[in-house]
Parts: sequence; structure tokens; C-alpha cells
Amino acid sequence: MSGRAVGGGEPARIERRVASPRRRGVMGWVDVRDRRLGGFGFILNRLTGLGVLLYLFVHLMVLSLLAQGPSAWDNFVSIALSPAFLALDVVLIFGLLAHGLNGIRVTLVGFGLVVDRQRAMFVGLMVIGAVVLVIAALRIFSAG
Amino acid sequence: MNAVEQAVDTHATEGTGRHIRFRVFRYKEGDAAPHFDEHTVEVAPDTTVLDALVAIRNRADPTLILRHSCFHASCGTCGMRINEREAMACVTKVLELGSDLVTVEPIANQALVADLVTDMVDFYSTFNAIGRPLICESDAPSQGTEPPGIAEFNRFENCIECGLCLSACPVVASDPRYLGPAALAAAWRIVEEPRDRDPHAALRLTDDPQGSWRCHLAFECSDACPSNVDPGQKIMLLRRRAATERLRSIFGGGRRD
Repeated sequence: MSGRAVGGGEPARIERRVASPRRRGVMGWVDVRDRRLGGFGFILNRLTGLGVLLYLFVHLMVLSLLAQGPSAWDNFVSIALSPAFLALDVVLIFGLLAHGLNGIRVTLVGFGLVVDRQRAMFVGLMVIGAVVLVIAALRIFSAG
Repeated sequence: MNAVEQAVDTHATEGTGRHIRFRVFRYKEGDAAPHFDEHTVEVAPDTTVLDALVAIRNRADPTLILRHSCFHASCGTCGMRINEREAMACVTKVLELGSDLVTVEPIANQALVADLVTDMVDFYSTFNAIGRPLICESDAPSQGTEPPGIAEFNRFENCIECGLCLSACPVVASDPRYLGPAALAAAWRIVEEPRDRDPHAALRLTDDPQGSWRCHLAFECSDACPSNVDPGQKIMLLRRRAATERLRSIFGGGRRD
């Protein structure tokens, strides 16, 4: 213990000592430990947003194959119809649905509308998304 | 890890309580890095995390630094991260955590002073920044009767300035410029019920990229708040008012008084 008694008269000046900032940084965005519904919505929106952005670049790269002639494109199409690639399509649709539907909630609540229903809206929209995702996955794999 | 095994009874429960392991965050100025100390504490059903920490300090390790005052979630000084979640240590019963291992850390996103104590000066100063200082002249209403429907306000007066909302917010975690949930909730208090303060000034201050628009709707602040201030809701209401005022200024009608 380093306590020090201060006598009468003027109080001793207390220096402000800040040892170490403990800001959690970007880890604070993705730390899923003991988060609640809104926190998971926040994490989901960030991850799916980055995923959809990544997809945009992949999409443009794939489209550039068209410039390399019919054989390059046909090769890609044969890969795109493989079950593993179709599974990636389902992941993509998951990302689009999650980001888009949660985006509706974020937009409405973000302008102060239906704020007290934000949890119910998140659950409702994600249920809709799950139904659409299942239908989309069935159609993708049955068409293949 | 510097493990210190010592049984401590926090109530008159010697021999009858459950033994719970506490991992307590430790850091003193000059330490190379923080570490955790371990203590085994015998707890009763009513033993709170703060009871256990005070017992550890009194009986096992007098160098443990923690901050507390009222023991009933009014003063806001014992906010901590308990098993990864923001909570007031004084009203968190150990056995209700449902774990034989309890990890106690200071709140995150704030400068650390030592052990479980963080520096709250920057946090408190955000209230000054939005024009609602913590220490202010009495603004009690002249009449003693409460306005009708006052319960619906879920008033900012319930804020105990504990900082748990700042610790839980993922945006505060990465952006030191963000005003933060507590100050924004205080700003909404001025806008909602200005008394003799200027609601437009508070609105202008918070209608800013680092104000209400910086929030990304995780609502962790509202879940962490021990007083049900619901800062997340207040931030959204600030945005609605700000957006309404902007639309009024664009499409006519001017700013509302």
C-alpha cells in the first residue's frame, strides 16, 4: 500500500496518472463473447458487408473472363455448376439477405422509427431471410 | 499467472458457502503487462462480486485497487467487466453468474489507472461538452407535482455515470472521437425536456458525424445499462429530431422552437 496521509491546510495536488489506454479497437467489433441480439446484428452487418464487397470484386474479375473468349467463359461455367461452387452461391445469398434485410432495420431504426421494436424487427427479418435462403438453396441445387 | 490461493469468507458462512475461483485483473503503473491473480473465495447466496473483491482486498491482498461507494447501484463507481459482460459489481450476485470461475476486469475502452480502476475524467467531460455538466445548479421544478406520464420518459436522471455503456459499445472501442452513448443520452434529455437549457445547441452538437450519427445500432449500451436509461433509444430519437429539423429547414417551416 502506498497511501499517504495529507495534513491540514491545502490539499495535496492530485496528479492524474493514466497508465494504459485499454480501448478494444476493431476487436471490439467482432468480439462475440456475451453479446446480445443487437450486438450480433452489428457483427453480422459488418461481416456480410465485407463479404458482399469482396464478392463485387470477384464478380468483376469473373466477368473479365468474357474478354478472353468463349472457351475461358465455358470453362468457368463448368466450374460454376459444381456442387462446391453452388454452395458458395448459397453463402452469397445468405450474405445478401442478411445485409439487405438488416439494412432495412438499420435504416428505419437509424432515423428514429420503430426504435422500441428493433429486436422484434431483427428476428422477424432474419426469419424471412432464412425462409428465402432455404427456398433459394433448394432451387439452386435442384436446377443443377 | 500470479496465482494466490486463499479462502476468504465474505459473510458468516464459514464452511457452508461455495468456493468460487476469482481471476482478478491486475495492473500497476510500471508493470510490463497486465496479469490476472487468482483467489478462491467462499461465497454465500447473497454474496456480490463487490463483496468478494472487498474481502479479497481486506483479507488476502491489500494492494488490490478497486473503486466503490454505495453498494446498491446508485453511485455508478463499481462498473466492471464480469465474465466478459459489463455489470455493476455491487448488485451482481456471484452464484447467479452460474460459473465456478469469475473473471473480473476493469471496464474497457477507458484509460486504466490501476487494477480495476479506470480514469473517468474524459467520460465525465463529455457531459460538459454537450452542455449538461454533472455538477450543476439545482434545476428542481418549482412545483412538487410530477407531470402526467412522467414514467414514460424513462428519464436520463437514472444515469449513474458508471461508464458501462462506453465499455460495451463497439464503436467507442475503435473511435476515441465518438461522443458516446452516455453523453448522447444526456443530450436527448436536454432536447426532450430543456427546462432553461438550449435544446438547439444540444441538437447541433450531436447532429454530427461523431455525434448521434456515429452509432451503428449494436444497442449494447442499452443492454449494459444498469439503470435502464436505454441510451441506444435516445440516440435514435436524437437522430429523428435532427433529421426532422433538417427536412424542415430544406422544405420550409424553419427550425422548430
